[in-house]
Amino acid sequence: MKESIKAKEPFRFYTRLHLTELTGLRASTLGQLSSLIKKVPGSCIYHHTHRFLQQHQYLSPEPPNDFAYWVTEALSEDELGEKLASIDTIQYSSIRSLRDKIADTIDEYLEHNRVAELKFSRLGEEFYFIKSKSFLLPTNYLVYDLREFVDVLKKVTLDSIYFHIFEARLRLEKGKNDFSNWIETSLGDTALANALSKLDPYTFTLEDLRKAVIRIIERRLSE
Amino acid sequence: MIKINDYIPIVGESVIEDLRLLAQKLKGISIKHINSTSAGGGVAEILSRMTPLLRDLEVDVYWDVIRGDERFFEVTKKFHNALHGRPEKIEQADFDIFMENSRKNINEIDTGTNIVFVHDPQPIALISKKTDNKWIWRCHIDVSNPHEGVWKFLNDFIVKYDSIVFSAPIFSQPLPIKQFLISPSIDPLSDKNKELPQETIDAVLRKYNITLDKPIITQISRFDRLKDPVGVIEAYLEVRKYIDCQLILAGGTAVDDPEGIQVLEEVKEKAQQDPDIHILLLPQNDIEVNALQRASTVIVQKSIREGFGLTVTEALWKAKPVVASHVGGIPFQIKHKYSGLLCHSVAGAAFALKQLLNSPEYAKKLGENGREHIRNNFLITRHIRDYMLLFLSLYHTEDVVYF
Repeated sequence: MKESIKAKEPFRFYTRLHLTELTGLRASTLGQLSSLIKKVPGSCIYHHTHRFLQQHQYLSPEPPNDFAYWVTEALSEDELGEKLASIDTIQYSSIRSLRDKIADTIDEYLEHNRVAELKFSRLGEEFYFIKSKSFLLPTNYLVYDLREFVDVLKKVTLDSIYFHIFEARLRLEKGKNDFSNWIETSLGDTALANALSKLDPYTFTLEDLRKAVIRIIERRLSE
Repeated sequence: MIKINDYIPIVGESVIEDLRLLAQKLKGISIKHINSTSAGGGVAEILSRMTPLLRDLEVDVYWDVIRGDERFFEVTKKFHNALHGRPEKIEQADFDIFMENSRKNINEIDTGTNIVFVHDPQPIALISKKTDNKWIWRCHIDVSNPHEGVWKFLNDFIVKYDSIVFSAPIFSQPLPIKQFLISPSIDPLSDKNKELPQETIDAVLRKYNITLDKPIITQISRFDRLKDPVGVIEAYLEVRKYIDCQLILAGGTAVDDPEGIQVLEEVKEKAQQDPDIHILLLPQNDIEVNALQRASTVIVQKSIREGFGLTVTEALWKAKPVVASHVGGIPFQIKHKYSGLLCHSVAGAAFALKQLLNSPEYAKKLGENGREHIRNNFLITRHIRDYMLLFLSLYHTEDVVYF
């Protein structure tokens, strides 16, 4: 087994905990949905495109976003639901661009399906806009090499994995995930950093994502 | 006394470590919960379990209870029903009785902690004691369609709080203060939810003459029209045409609830001496409820209105396939076809029950998904975490808070 290189800077694991805030805004038609998507705070868009990842870790490897789920289940607009579910979130490096894509997808659909605008959700099944308030806390885990890193990775919460992979990349607009960033800048292992960056985290459950990251690093350690 | 570390085997060590990290951030902040009763009802149940756990985390937390005469609690019961959308005749005298009792509590209750956390409408008027400390109002009830007069009366108090907490998005109202969503929870170590030895389950079944020779459909609920027990029997009768099964309707005694007795009579009449319908009037016995849930093939909750629906949470935690109405907080717990089946009618409930009874593998998968969903989102450890975050949010207004 290859000896682990000591990092120039240690990696501190953080945990990200969130509190859910209600906005009092609701939509019962596609027109209202689109119009509110354009106005609500970015933390709302973030919540509705990422909530599934944390709340439904076991369900499906390709979690739909709340907009797709509502359009399909409450309005029975399956085709639009599929379009929204298949938006490739990883391609968007900011909430702003993701918001535009979602709103454009709905508007474009409405342009070709005028009758869809006349559909109302049942009373009580409206879309409620919610936002996430994030609290970022440093954990006691501080690691200096890949071996320690992978050991801690096995025991930190999924909230921590989530923060370093998703939140850092999109909401905080860091561009790449924290793991790749540290491995490249502090350990100088560009190949491994790229291998982790190439994962599309949105197509895993969080637990499977943890396993995939561990597998890639352990393979590297055994080379 | 149960300790926070007792939850490690259920949620994992790192989740408890996160709770300890949060608790450290609350050092020096004192918190007092105030509600209307120290025993009986969901709020007292959760506070009695949560307060010692918060103390174990070294959070400086207290719990106090207001007092009131009989007339006060009659009025607050009327308020409760009215907020749930039931027609109630509310008069000025009712508001006067409410305020008269509230004034006594305002004089007697100490609210000098840094944070005062008021639960439900009964103690809401205490807000007039607010100084420079932080106040939260927790609304545990379904206010999606509240009585206008009662809501307006309460609203004058609500707007003076710093934050309000609801159990489901549908309950939120246009308000000038911060609104948070915190779901209730169940305690996996309580008598109602802990693992039971098979002998205990068998003994409970024997006690009520229930055999396991055919699948069991169960609804655990008090005998209340809002829980639609008659609708459950109608659904069961539909299922029975195709599948040999039995039904358990189990709920609390209705001695002091005239309407409950009437509903029970309607249920018995509907059941027409069917030997496969077991109508059980259970005294408050959590172990028996636990055993009946665990012995069931499918759990149903066909409510017409529901606050959050903790009986659904309990059933899912036991990895049971559940058929439940799309009302209140239930859709929050069940994603249709992922962690259970949702219905809107007797026919829908019957169809879903047939599906689950005929497809045990599918039913098993839904139950397993349901259990994991509860583990991640609706256990007391998550509830404690949300409350600590809520306390911190009073001092940090930004969307992303760095420590």
